[in-house]
Amino acid sequence: MAALNNLTEHLESFVDVTRSPSHHADSLKAIASSLEKGVLSINQLVVEMDMYLTTTDDVIRARGILLLAEMLNHLKEKPLDTAVVQSLAGFFTAKLAEWKSVRGALTGCLALIKRKDVAGLVTATDAEAMAKAMIKSVQVQSLALHDRKICFELLECLLEQYPEAMINMGNLIVYATCEAIDGEKDPPCLMIAFHIVELLTQLFPSPSSSPLAAEASDLFDIISCYFPLHYTHTKGDEASIPREELSRRLSLAISSTPFFEPYAIPLLLEKLSSSLTVAKVDSLRCLNDCVVKYGVNRMKKHYKDLWPALKDALYSFTETDLSFGLESLTSPGFEMGEIHREAVDLLQRLVKQDISFLGLVVDDPRVNMISDTISRYSQFEDMPDTSKLEILVVSQILCVSARASVESCNKIFETFFFRLMNTLGIVEKVSSGDLVHNENSTASIKLYHGGLHLCIELLTASKDLIPSSEESSSTPWCSIVNRFSVSLIEAFTSVVQSSYDECSADAYLGVKGLLAMGMLCGGSSPVSKSEFEKILKTLTSIITAQRAKTVKWELALKALICMGSFIDRYSEREKAMSYMGVVVENLVSLACSSHCSLPYPMILEATSEVCSTRPQYVEKMVQGFEEAFCSSFSDFYVNGNSKPIENCSQLLECVTNKLLPRVTEIDGLEKFLVHFAISMWNQIESSVVFSYDVSGREFVEAAMKTMRQIVGVALVDSQNSIIQKAYNVISSSTLPAMESIPLTFAALEGLHRDLSTRDELILSLFASVIIGASPKASLPDVKSLIKLFMVSFLKGYIPAAQALGSIVNKLGISSDCSLEEACDIIFHQSFASGNNISSDDTDKTICGSETLLSKICLGFYGSVDLQTRAITGLAWIGKGLLMRGDGRVNEIALVLMECLKSSNSSGNALHPSAMKHAADAFLILMSDSEVCLNRKFHAVIRPLYKQRFFSITVPILESLIVNSQTPLSRTMLHVALAHVISNVPVTVILDNTKKLLPMILEGLSALSVDAVDKETLFSLLLVLSGTLTDIKGQQSVSDNAHKIIECLVKLTSYRHLMVVRETAIQCLATLLELPHGRIYPFRREVLQAVTKALDDPKRRVREEAIKCRQAWTSITSRS
Amino acid sequence: MVSGLINENPTVYERKERRVRTDSSNTDEFTVEPIDQLEIFDILFCSICTYSIVDIRDPEHPYSLEQLKVLTEDSVEVDDGKSYVRVTFTPTVEHCSMATIIGLSVRVKLMRSLPPRYKIDIRVAPGSHATEAAQS
Repeated sequence: MAALNNLTEHLESFVDVTRSPSHHADSLKAIASSLEKGVLSINQLVVEMDMYLTTTDDVIRARGILLLAEMLNHLKEKPLDTAVVQSLAGFFTAKLAEWKSVRGALTGCLALIKRKDVAGLVTATDAEAMAKAMIKSVQVQSLALHDRKICFELLECLLEQYPEAMINMGNLIVYATCEAIDGEKDPPCLMIAFHIVELLTQLFPSPSSSPLAAEASDLFDIISCYFPLHYTHTKGDEASIPREELSRRLSLAISSTPFFEPYAIPLLLEKLSSSLTVAKVDSLRCLNDCVVKYGVNRMKKHYKDLWPALKDALYSFTETDLSFGLESLTSPGFEMGEIHREAVDLLQRLVKQDISFLGLVVDDPRVNMISDTISRYSQFEDMPDTSKLEILVVSQILCVSARASVESCNKIFETFFFRLMNTLGIVEKVSSGDLVHNENSTASIKLYHGGLHLCIELLTASKDLIPSSEESSSTPWCSIVNRFSVSLIEAFTSVVQSSYDECSADAYLGVKGLLAMGMLCGGSSPVSKSEFEKILKTLTSIITAQRAKTVKWELALKALICMGSFIDRYSEREKAMSYMGVVVENLVSLACSSHCSLPYPMILEATSEVCSTRPQYVEKMVQGFEEAFCSSFSDFYVNGNSKPIENCSQLLECVTNKLLPRVTEIDGLEKFLVHFAISMWNQIESSVVFSYDVSGREFVEAAMKTMRQIVGVALVDSQNSIIQKAYNVISSSTLPAMESIPLTFAALEGLHRDLSTRDELILSLFASVIIGASPKASLPDVKSLIKLFMVSFLKGYIPAAQALGSIVNKLGISSDCSLEEACDIIFHQSFASGNNISSDDTDKTICGSETLLSKICLGFYGSVDLQTRAITGLAWIGKGLLMRGDGRVNEIALVLMECLKSSNSSGNALHPSAMKHAADAFLILMSDSEVCLNRKFHAVIRPLYKQRFFSITVPILESLIVNSQTPLSRTMLHVALAHVISNVPVTVILDNTKKLLPMILEGLSALSVDAVDKETLFSLLLVLSGTLTDIKGQQSVSDNAHKIIECLVKLTSYRHLMVVRETAIQCLATLLELPHGRIYPFRREVLQAVTKALDDPKRRVREEAIKCRQAWTSITSRS
Repeated sequence: MVSGLINENPTVYERKERRVRTDSSNTDEFTVEPIDQLEIFDILFCSICTYSIVDIRDPEHPYSLEQLKVLTEDSVEVDDGKSYVRVTFTPTVEHCSMATIIGLSVRVKLMRSLPPRYKIDIRVAPGSHATEAAQS
């Protein structure tokens, strides 16, 4: 009984109007949930509520009815007993008559009507009774907004779900709708109201004996007064309905039944003639709908009025300049306004639906004047704006009509194309094997720009209408074009060829014309194969004949690309063959020969752009590139001139930038690239002597990049074959001799950079292969490789160190050498070989420092050079270990920190440059590298490795900083700490703000001494600014406010980097968010500093200073 | 309204397209960018808007001084070397009683936004105000 007790309580609280709306909602929810769970049945509820539903107190009764209605709303999905539903429907229908409880009654009716696909539906008779009751007793327009909306929804649902019942009601329902809608002004209600009209007209489709036919005029009057829609109150209501949507609904309502036709079309034409843009656009859209719905027969009588109005709309656009730019080669070349776009749509619709409309267009005197306009001016630039407009609009009218259907296209070509050809002086020619050259005909060609434009537009418009099958080749327009195609192509070619650089219009029109002809593809294309090849030849020759990048060159290239992708999209085999033969092979052979007036980078650009349109071409291109690389490379080492090697590096760059990113898109590309890489190795193997200068260095860089990336994208099997090949080359070179160099101090000290350039190239490339290889690839003879890389990085080859880092990072179980052994070689082997040179035994206790490598790092032996190289190498190895989460990185970190101490275990400080390198080693360890050890190169990355390293090193670095004695060591330790802090994710910093903030501040002041550390300083400052703005950091920021302000004030005058000053001032402004009492004491200090910054040499700093000063001044004045 | 505005219906001018800085690619760390006309103008109008303090407005109208052509970019003369800036403004009507207030607010704004070494000079354009002498 507890449930029922609660129920009474909830009922009381809902019925009590003095309670807050949230109380009401709560009690509603409680009752609804008990109903849903089945604790309470709807019958019980009605019985319980008996008193509330029948009381004579109007207010309580209204609330009671509303509660019951809301409950039904919640139970829409729940099956109910048919009898219950029936009685409830009767109840709510009866209550519609009581105006005081009308809200509840309406809601209840709506909830019942909305029940779908569940047990317990309202019967058709009940629905009809409900509708009648509503019509009889509810005055929709006298209700409040929310109630009106429910009324409309109810009507909408009734019409949707009980069409038969509504049809039975006949005239009554139409009257009622008119009455309900008349005068409605609220968008959400109108949305539904317009839909109701649409539904209503669907109920009575037949013209005879329809109650609508008689009422159409009235109903139309009611909805037409909203047209064109205009919102008077636009602001304030965000939830309201956008104008576009409502306007769309209205348009659907207007066009919903042909009965509206006699009233709608005159109205729309009248609105179309108004000067309001909105009215025009809406009328055009609505007309478009009407044309579809009303049908040809009804529309026919309006054509005479429609065409002039439509023509005016088409002429309405103001932009008369045709763009001759690259980007408009595949677009109309001018901007269309909204009115214009709608007008074009409507014209196309009309012509498509009824070809007889085209008669009006074709006979229009203004359209027919076009030939005269064209022949008046030869250059587009010379035309006055009116003529330009005339040509643009007429060509658009003709194109749109032509595009509508094949018949319309035929008609347009029959009437206009001959005339146009006449004007341009282009005559028919028959292609009969060899082309017959008729000198007279070409001489008489008058290439008016306007005419060319119109011609191109027509050709472009008709390209989608080519019949697909062979048998229907007798399409009239196709045969017309066919008769002229030879001369047209000749005409366009001569336009391009006669164009100068400064006149882009000629080049543009010529190329666009050729493109339009070339795009006429399809089964029965009017352009034959030989003509198509002629187009391709012309465009290709434009590309190859240039010496520099001109507009013409770019246009021709773009046109070729368009045609290439067009062929690929419609998979035209024959055309593709022609394309391959004419364009691709030509360009690829150019890339190989390199004896061409066109600069090499441009050849590469053209080739790669054109070939990337189709996988087959790419295949061809990679093969061509391979050949080109081989020939240039051998040319280089035989003749020794530097031109071919420059070409080589450009070629490699093209491969890296253009081809490699597409490897996933193009099937089989990977295979070709791997082949390319292997033939690179073959070439290097066969080159015996090799020496290079500056351009050679560029080549090595490019080759390394390409090799790395090819290996990176290759499959494991292909990687293995590349590695094997590379290893063979290595073994045949003089490099293995280095492996025999013992890893002893004495031997290493004797090393200089004495590798031959060929060996250096091989070594760098091999390192790149190792860097790119995935962990699954198998490396031959890892131990000797490690030794080789050890020796070479101690000689100063950074790629070797990176390769070593990659090896230790990726070394798996499958390899012949385990990670243990590898590390053993790197860190310990020298001792195992018995070369005990250690003279002083005091340092044995220090972790990790008993190895040779660490001894070199710590400067026990050897020159500073050797020391710095060892430190950098150690950092890369450490990075490899760190990323895979190996514990040995801790030892490395300790060694590096040892290097930074003011007096290390041997009692004396390190050379400053060694210290600097050791500090920067932390950057290598923590930052993400582009070159190696990243996801692209299959690095083994353990999650949160940065956080782990952070938590290990930061406490040690902190204590070292506290204990450091010399300023140099202190600064270097700060640099190292800054690297660690600024590369760790910011959330980690925020968790430790309290501990870190003093260190960061100290670091900032330590780093600001020297200009060398400016970048580090900036990244540390960014970390600080991150903590200032976050809530987590705010407490400790507030505690340290004085220190922070002091530090930032100092940085506002930091000379070496503008962004530091800017950020510092921004931080000062941010500090104003702290409690007033905390910051107020510092205002004088801050204002002084910021005032000084007002005179900063850099404008951006001054701007920030003005803002900051304003903000700080305002806290003083407020107090 | 009891008293009515002195100039009830001022001509409002379209805001002129701002001259865009062309040398923004100046990346050299140590080149000095002197304070120039445009910067002063920006100080007076736009850069400040972002920071809660509104544009300087004509005290009588809701339009900004730029829209009313009281101040234009050309009316600002500045010499960074000599630390001197002169702003000449043109009141909307001759007897505008607000000229003093406009002058003062411009002065305050510049004093707060320019380095203290600057001498600031505010003038009323010749012939545009009845009590020209009284203002300077």
